[in-house]
Amino acid sequence: MTGDDKHLPLEDIHKAAGARFGAFAGWSMPLTYPAGVMKEHLHTREHAGLFDISHMKLFDVSGLEAVALLDRACPLDASALEISQSKLTFFLNEAGGILDDLIVTRLGDTRFMVVANAGNAEADEKHLRALAAGFDVKVEPLDRVFLAIQGPEAWAVLSRAGIETGSLLFMHGVEPRKNWFMSRSGYTGEDGFEVGLPVAEARELVAKLLEDERVMWIGLAARDSLRLEAGLCLHGQDITPETDPAAAALMWAIPKEIRATGAFIGADALRAAVERGPAQKRVGLKPEGRQPVRAGAALFDADGNPAGHVTSGGFGPSAGHPVAMGYVSASLAKPGTRVFADVRGTKIPVDISSLPFTPHRYRKG
Amino acid sequence: MATTYFTSDHEWLRVEGGIATVGITDYAQEQLGDLVFVELPETGKKLTKGDTAVVVESVKAASDVYAPVDGEITEANGTLSSDPSLVNSAATGAGWLWKMKLADESQLAGLMDEAAYKAHIA
Repeated sequence: MTGDDKHLPLEDIHKAAGARFGAFAGWSMPLTYPAGVMKEHLHTREHAGLFDISHMKLFDVSGLEAVALLDRACPLDASALEISQSKLTFFLNEAGGILDDLIVTRLGDTRFMVVANAGNAEADEKHLRALAAGFDVKVEPLDRVFLAIQGPEAWAVLSRAGIETGSLLFMHGVEPRKNWFMSRSGYTGEDGFEVGLPVAEARELVAKLLEDERVMWIGLAARDSLRLEAGLCLHGQDITPETDPAAAALMWAIPKEIRATGAFIGADALRAAVERGPAQKRVGLKPEGRQPVRAGAALFDADGNPAGHVTSGGFGPSAGHPVAMGYVSASLAKPGTRVFADVRGTKIPVDISSLPFTPHRYRKG
Repeated sequence: MATTYFTSDHEWLRVEGGIATVGITDYAQEQLGDLVFVELPETGKKLTKGDTAVVVESVKAASDVYAPVDGEITEANGTLSSDPSLVNSAATGAGWLWKMKLADESQLAGLMDEAAYKAHIA
């Protein structure tokens, strides 16, 4: 960790909770709490995990041409979003590569909330501001604490803390109070919420939530194992400026008409990539046995020819076995296909697996 | 009678009759977090001080455990194949990693006793 890392506004609370810190995306972040990654992971799947994700950035995008800006910046049909509806989308480069993955939520006719990844927040802001110069629109980065409450009891613990989530469905977001943003979404595969709010109110909410024995602080280590089991991508690892949504198996996030006729940045390159068909595809990987296969491990086919590589890998506490994600040649991408991962010179059999490893339990209606 | 030594890499060695039982310290297991896999060495493998003897894998990362002295593996703790968490719950007991026949007992002189190790991690 370097002294240049940014600090969370609630760092004192994490320290008091006994967190072990590490550097991530330029931030000093809680990696684990005394319960440990295994218990934290399982607790989230069974009860409610509380995550401080204030390293992520919220942007308020508003103005008469907010729709037009977002349609240019992202492979998105912003005008088709209903008010309070959220959508996973991307910033692409001209080559169709993924600069960042984002959640865009429509808050009004001419207002949207954009949630960006920590590591890309500065570049995203620059990118969006540069594009916005040609539109009648304002891009405002918000100063908020951002909390995720995830797990089957997330709605109940929020209710006890005085926040009714009521009829809010998965991938919808609202502003329940002044300067608050709350969406039913997350990065665990569970039902859950992400709440952006001013720091003083965040302290009150955290204190209330922690009074509830169903709530436990969860660090980045378990956040990573939860999202990996859920088959969700980490930008910088599973998706990068060198991978396009077709290779990343994320075309489902792009509406059909937009794929065909959208004028977003990277549209031509992406259409060409879809036309060609990706050389490699992102897949789930299930290593045989107990030994985890980690990011960076090379994959080989049965004849020993290079077949791809692992982009995320570890142990899935809920799955009960190692889990991984990576890219393989398109011809090997079918679930059940066996490849081999090189782990310190030993070839570990790995089966292509459908994602997620643990079923999503979103509240869709 | 067995004598216990410690290394600055957070390993312990219990030496008796020219055989050292080796594991990682409680401090080390706490730093690593929940272990999910231990890659054990084969019996008969000859190690030089500093060689990777075992790889312990937590949910998040793989870490090498080095041979603290020269010697030959006489036994690996096979129980860890089915229950790697023993290293967390009993680091200095049932969670031992391997036994080795010492090649040069004079190397032990360079290691720490418990008091020195405690001062080292303090």
